[in-house]
Amino acid sequence: MITLSHYLVLGAILFSISIAGIFLNRKNIIIILMSIELMLLAVNINFVAFSHYLGDLSGQIFVFFILTVAAAESAIGLAILVVLFRNLKTINVDDIGGLRG
Amino acid sequence: MSFENFTFYLFSTILVGAGLSVIFSRNPVHAALSLVLAFFTSAAIWLILEAEFLAISLILVYVGAVMVLFLFVVMMLDINLNRMKEGYWNYLLPALVVSGIFLAEIIVLVGGRAVFDKPAEVAAAITTEGNTLQLGRLLYTEYLYAFELAAVILLVAIVAAIALTLRRRKDTKLVNTSQQISATRANRLKIISMPVENKRSEDNS
Repeated sequence: MITLSHYLVLGAILFSISIAGIFLNRKNIIIILMSIELMLLAVNINFVAFSHYLGDLSGQIFVFFILTVAAAESAIGLAILVVLFRNLKTINVDDIGGLRG
Repeated sequence: MSFENFTFYLFSTILVGAGLSVIFSRNPVHAALSLVLAFFTSAAIWLILEAEFLAISLILVYVGAVMVLFLFVVMMLDINLNRMKEGYWNYLLPALVVSGIFLAEIIVLVGGRAVFDKPAEVAAAITTEGNTLQLGRLLYTEYLYAFELAAVILLVAIVAAIALTLRRRKDTKLVNTSQQISATRANRLKIISMPVENKRSEDNS
């Protein structure tokens, strides 16, 4: 019998994998964006699992909106990445210190 | 082991493996393809959870649009992979510590409740109508305002993506049509008065 906890632990595993991914691939913006997508997926799994086990469809509505916002976010992020590459000829995080942040 | 357990464990294993492959693969193209596999597998898991509409829209939106965009960008950019991989393992320890602590906390919180408390029963479905119909009914009544806001967000994303990447090239021979139409004779032709240059041709005739 699969319980709610199984799905929550699966989401937690996926989320921690993507945290480790952001740490390891800190020089490659593309992989960082992919890790963020993976994080959103983990959160969405939690939402869908809660929605199923509590019998409330609001969780699935929320996942719908998260999908929308994530699609917009990745489109703008990749557009910024393309402009960055066009101007600097690199997407290495070490080379993008122009704002001295 | 029931069929539900079997499918859950099978898809969970594939999902975690695909997630690990995303963060550990050397080539960004392989990472993007692993992410596609992760999205497919989680769509299957959502099908186990009876969220059919979201499973299909995950495949359509993510695998069909977002991941194709990712692959397109990865292949279009000329990335120096060797410099990217410098010091890849330097931060392995902090990464393991942070993600391990996070995972341990969640497992203690969730797993402890699963061990000590009685597992929650699945709430009985009130109606027999499909998931898509129910979602649509909710989306277009109770969440209509949020739905319209989401549409505006997508519009803003379209405008922003195009405005960011639009580039006017200097070397094309494109002409501005309105400037071309509104040109008058004075812009193109200039009449100047000057003395006659060639005296001999008049003498010969």
